[in-house]
Formats: sequence, structure tokens, C-alpha cells
Amino acid sequence: MNAIAALSPYSSALGKPNIERHTLSVLVDNEPGVLARVVGLFSGRGYNIESLTVAEVAHGEHLSRITIVTTGTPEVIEQISHQLERIVPIHKVTDLSMQARVIERELAMIKVHGTGEHRSEALRLSEAFRAKVIDATIESFIFELTGSPGKIDDFVELMRPIGLVEVSRTGVAAITRGAKGM
Amino acid sequence: MSKQMTGAEMIVEALKDQGVDTIFGYPGGAVLPIYDALFQQDSVQHVLVRHEQGAAHAAEGYARSTGKVGVLLVTSGPGATNAITGLTDALLDSIPLVCLTGQVPTHLIGSDAFQECDTVGITRHCTKHNYLVRSIEDLPRILHEAFYVARSGRPGPVVVDLPKDVQFALGMYQGPLNIQHKTYQPKLKGDADRIREAVAMMAKAKRPVIYSGGGVVNSGPEASKLLRELVALTGFPITSTLMGLGAYPASGENWLGMLGMHGTYEANHTMHDCDLMIAIGSRFDDRITGRLDAFSPGSKKIHIDIDPSSINKTVKVDLGIVGDCAHVLEDMINVWRTEGHKVDDEALAGWWKQIDHWRARKSLAYRASKTTIKPQYAVQRLYELTKDRDTYITTEVGQHQMWAAQHYHFEEPNRWMTSGGLGTMGYGLPAAIGTQMAHPKSLVIDIAGEASILMNMQEMSTAVQYGLPVKIFILNNEYMGMVRQWQELLHGGRYSQSYSNALPDFVKLAEAYGGHGVRCSDPADLDRAILEMINYPGPVIFDCIVDKQENCFPMIPSGKAHNEMILAELSDDAGVAIGSIIDEKGKMLV
Ligand SMILES: Cc1ncc(C[n+]2csc(CCOP(=O)(O)OP(=O)(O)O)c2C)c(N)n1
Ligand SMILES: [Mg+2]
Repeated sequence: MNAIAALSPYSSALGKPNIERHTLSVLVDNEPGVLARVVGLFSGRGYNIESLTVAEVAHGEHLSRITIVTTGTPEVIEQISHQLERIVPIHKVTDLSMQARVIERELAMIKVHGTGEHRSEALRLSEAFRAKVIDATIESFIFELTGSPGKIDDFVELMRPIGLVEVSRTGVAAITRGAKGM
Repeated sequence: MSKQMTGAEMIVEALKDQGVDTIFGYPGGAVLPIYDALFQQDSVQHVLVRHEQGAAHAAEGYARSTGKVGVLLVTSGPGATNAITGLTDALLDSIPLVCLTGQVPTHLIGSDAFQECDTVGITRHCTKHNYLVRSIEDLPRILHEAFYVARSGRPGPVVVDLPKDVQFALGMYQGPLNIQHKTYQPKLKGDADRIREAVAMMAKAKRPVIYSGGGVVNSGPEASKLLRELVALTGFPITSTLMGLGAYPASGENWLGMLGMHGTYEANHTMHDCDLMIAIGSRFDDRITGRLDAFSPGSKKIHIDIDPSSINKTVKVDLGIVGDCAHVLEDMINVWRTEGHKVDDEALAGWWKQIDHWRARKSLAYRASKTTIKPQYAVQRLYELTKDRDTYITTEVGQHQMWAAQHYHFEEPNRWMTSGGLGTMGYGLPAAIGTQMAHPKSLVIDIAGEASILMNMQEMSTAVQYGLPVKIFILNNEYMGMVRQWQELLHGGRYSQSYSNALPDFVKLAEAYGGHGVRCSDPADLDRAILEMINYPGPVIFDCIVDKQENCFPMIPSGKAHNEMILAELSDDAGVAIGSIIDEKGKMLV
């Protein structure tokens, strides 16, 4: 496999591959199988998916918005956009990372186990991160935290030594700032 | 027009409305209502194949030779899975197909019912698009949409999966409406500024080359006409991919022959040394480029393609123009004329001198023989004896396919049907059947290998049933020749499983099917035997016994650049001598 990769112009000719992280927003007709088409494209062509979220955004028109965070060289990212555009029920693909100002948010629910010192430490940190307590028992909390993926990572790392039990994250939703749509 | 009818009737009605006169198929439980509707009409002819793969390739041959959408109809489960190879073939070669598959009734979907398979799931990766029709209300729209998607933009196969209850249901049929598709609207016109820039680059070029592909053929006859006009206007040299043969005539002065792995010395060297490459409807496939980081290193590249994802996919180009070849070519020619551009005559004359030098290497030459039929000689004689007729050529896959591409010369587009992208052995005979259905009066020849032909041999029975006088011209070298050649190149000549053992007697086989068999092993008798084949009014299997050792040259070994071709002289004592040409990196490639 190495020999093949080395012969690709995007790794050898350009020297060290320049891997970037991009957030793509994909507007699709919400018909059966459309998510399978998108996911199948990524697995079939060997592209990465760091995170993927999907939900209907316009019920009347059956439009869904898929947000995909992916990594690759700029050439691969361009290919991904074009390959997505080939999928028939896709309306529009926007590479949000090419836009000047984009907001990315993720929601996480974090379950932490602990008593005594640990318990108060967890609570103190959650306040600093503006996480909400959405469930509590004598020996556990569930925090709800919204923010950039990095902020959630940080919080999760802090909870680990205290008594992290599990995390459920939504994946990234993203939108551009300002008055204009995608 | 809006009329009440059953789903099955709608399907037949939609075929009529889409101008379909012929479909290829095979019945089964999940499509019986459609077969019943077909039984009760006679505007759509159904050709019963012997295997669903045959139906798909036949539809491809029909499509490729007419420019229309090819249609196949198969049952659920095994019917659908048997068609997969043909669908994939059509996807890789951008052939417009509509494949109608039967499905178990909607209430049984997901229950592992008899002959149920997840057809839309399985075919998602080998179709341009696919549909599962869940209700009769959606059926007419989906049927017409399927044809629209198959033929528009970069063409490709579309599957419509039809649960049996939907075929029985009653609903209102709608004809093809002239509404715009919600999401799929490929761009036909190229960007005017980019076209102007392309023309300016062409006017400045000193060592230009046009590299055209199957997209020109797919775009329609107008594109080929315009391509010829552009070549005439500029005097630029032109080469083409396997899929693009015939768009520019092989007899044309500026023709360099095919390029790529088994392309001519002049075509590949021209590509390597050019300062401007104009890629039109071609996709920089690995059979074309050879080693990518040494691919035409000094050139500026213009790429015209209807599929935006083709541009910059494997080779970075300087100017990409998204649009249909015919539209873009027309605009280019107009700009060239109205802006009064002239080529650099002096530079071009020097370039042609260099090209003539490469041509003088006569890279397609081979050692003639008086005792055995050389496969190249067989194709040459076939060409000479059929070129003045109305002839269509299909092929299987292997050395014979490359020899056909090298030694059979095409003057017109849509005359050459071959499996390029997928390289599907077994393509040629069913494709010939589809082609013959579309052109009943023409001479249709499948240039075959003895191994490939056995993969869909059963379709001989179809040819006999429908009185289709297809000619199967087997270059019988008793080997999977192309495999044997690679085993010589890569594996020390250890011919692991590449000998065609226990071959049938092809003459008797032809007769057993009800056709005619001809065998020839003597070069002196070849012309007579070919004429016997041509003049026989029904299907013929021609067992042409050729040199068993011959290898296909010239060749760019895998992992090598265009200017590192091996020619036939170099590999005289084939086998061990050529075993050292491909390095370790190249061996990893296919
Ligand atoms: C369905 C399929 N299986 C395997 C291959 C790999 N393959 C490529 S060429 C070839 C040998 C073809 O032999 P033959 O038809 O006799 O043609 P020749 O090369 O001898 O002219 C094989 C096995 C293929 N292309 N398609
Ligand atoms: Mg053979």
C-alpha cells in the first residue's frame, strides 16, 4: 500500500502531506438512504470522518443538514466536496472552513462518579466550564456541556481523574456568522 | 397525459414514453407482473438473455452504439446480484443504463423473504443513483427521473427497485414532465472566461497535444465533429484513450494512435514532452498516466470535463473547465475564430518533426510469420476485410483487446464497445448482441480471447434465438495471455493458473448452439476464413489459432513513466529477459 500512496501526486510531488481539518455542511433531500450514500462515499473512497451530525432542518421541504468534520490534504478536501456534489439528492455542499467566520458547537453529556472531595471538585470545575447538572445521585453527576469540540475535550480530560464514567457527544453542528445563509 | 393503470403497465408505458424500443432481461417471480404487461403490447421488444450479466452488457452495447439509454429488467435477489458486474462496468465507463429490478412486496422487505436482497444497498456503490419505489404514487416520477439521471451530465447506470405489490397497485400514470430535477442539474456550458483563457494558452503553445477520451463519445456525435474541427483549425496532434477511439478518425493526419499502457510510442512521448495538454472528456486514469509524479512533467494542462470531481482528482491541472465537451468545444472554436488566433506555425512544425521521429520507431510493429498466425496480423486482416463495411467492434478483456485497439482503426465514434474502466472479461459477446439489436443490418464482431469468451458463452444461445449474426472472432492463444504476460514481467514466468486447459472445441460448440464454426491456423488461409465468417448469415464462432507466446507491446510497465516504454524489439526472447523491467514499487501496482 505504501508504494501506491507514494505514487500519488498529492503525497509525493507536494512533499510532506499538508493535512487540514475541514467542516463541511451538506444540504440534502431527506429521503431514505441519503445518509448511507454520504457515509458510503467516505468509506468507499477512504476519506476520514471525525464527526458527523444530521437532522432535518426544514420539515416542509424535507431538507436535512449534515455536518461532517473531515481531515485531508486540500486536494482531498476539494475531491470530497466534488464527490459529495455528485450524489443526486444533495442540494449543496459548503466547506465552512473556507468561510471567514464559522461557529462550531457540540453538546456533550458527561457522567462522573465520585464522593467527598471528588464530588465537590467536579462541581467546581463544571461551574468554571458553565456545564449544567442534569442528573445527580449521592455518588454521581451528569453534566451537560455545550461548546466547541476543544472545550468539551478539555472538560472530559479534567473529569477523568475525578471519576469519569462515560461521555455521549452529539458531534459538531456548524454555521457561518452574519446574515447570509449557506 | 394522466391515466389510471397498474404499476407494471406504468413501467411499460414509461419505457415507451422514453423512446425505448428494446430491453434486455430475464424473468422471475418478482417481475412477473411486468412480464405480463410486456406480453400484452408490442412496441417494446424484450430480448431474453441467458444470464443477467449478459443483459447488463447487452444494454451497454446497445447504449454505447446508439447514444441512447440502455435498459435491462431482472428479477429480485439473484437476478439483481447477477447484474452487478454489468452495472459496475457501466459506472466506470459512464454508460447510461436503467436497470429495473423486481423486489419482494414492501411488507416483506427486511424479513429475508425468498429471493430478497437489499438491492439498493448493494447497488449504491455501483450505480450513479438508485431508487426503491415504496408507493405507486412515486412510480411514474421515479421512472422518468431514472432516465433523466442516467443520461444527463456524466452518464451512468441507475437502478429502480420495484416491489411486487407496487407492480400490482393501481395509480395515475404521468408522462415525462418537463420539470427541472430538484437537485441534479449538471452544467453544460463552460465558463466563458476560462474558455477564453484556454484558447489563449493554445495559441501560445509550442508543443501542444490533445488528449481526448470517452467523454467526447458520450457527449454525442456533435462533440466528435467539433473535435475534428478544432484539430483541423489548430493542426495540433491528437491522441485518445481506449474509450475515446473513433471520436477522431484513425486515418486523420494528426492522429497519434491510442495512448497509455499499451499506447503508441509517439502518443506517449508526445504526452510526456508537450508544453500544453488539452484533456477533453478524459480522466487521467492510471492506465493512461503511468507513474504519476513523472507524468508530463513540463506541461500546462487544460481539462474539460462534465464531472467537476474529475478535475484535479489524480493530476493537478492548470485550467479546469466544467462543461459538456460539445458545448465547450463549440465555444472554443468560436473564440478561436472571432479573436483571430493563429498557432505558432514554426514551433508546431518543429514539434511535428519530433513527433515524426517518434513515429518512425513504428512501435506497433511485430515479427511477421508465415507459419503461425500472429494475433496482430489476425486483427489487421480482420480490419482490412471489414473496414469498408458498416462494422461495429466489441471486445473481451486481455491482450486481444489491446491488439484490437492498436490494429483495428476507427473512423467514427460509437463503433467501438469495450470494457475500459472495469476490464470485464465476458463483456464482448453480450455487448455485441446489444449492438446487433440496435443495428440489425450491420456487421458486429466481438474480438475475443478463448478464456474471456467462456465467461458469457451462454449468450450464443440468445444470438441464435434472435437470429443475430454476431461474429465472435477468438484470438485463441490457449492462455489468459495478459495474465501470462504479467507473470513473465513480475513473477519469473511462473504461469500459475493462466493456461486455458480443457478448452471446448469452439467449432463444435458453435454448431451445438445452432451457429456456424470456423477454425483457422494457417496465415495463408486467414483471409478466406474471415470472408467465410463475414458471409455466413448467422452467428459465427471463429477459432483463430494464434501464436501462443506473443506479448502485447509497446508497454509502459507499471510504475514507469511515458518515456520509459518497452518496445517489441527489446523483449525479443520474452519471458526471463523482460522479468527485470518492473521494479519493486511497480510490482505493487496493478
Ligand atoms: C472477470 C474478470 N476476471 C479476471 C480478469 C483478469 N484478467 C485480465 S486479462 C485476463 C486473461 C484473458 O484471457 P483471454 O480472454 O484468453 O485473452 P488474452 O489475454 O489471451 O488475449 C484475465 C484473467 C478480468 N479482467 N476480468
Ligand atoms: Mg487467450
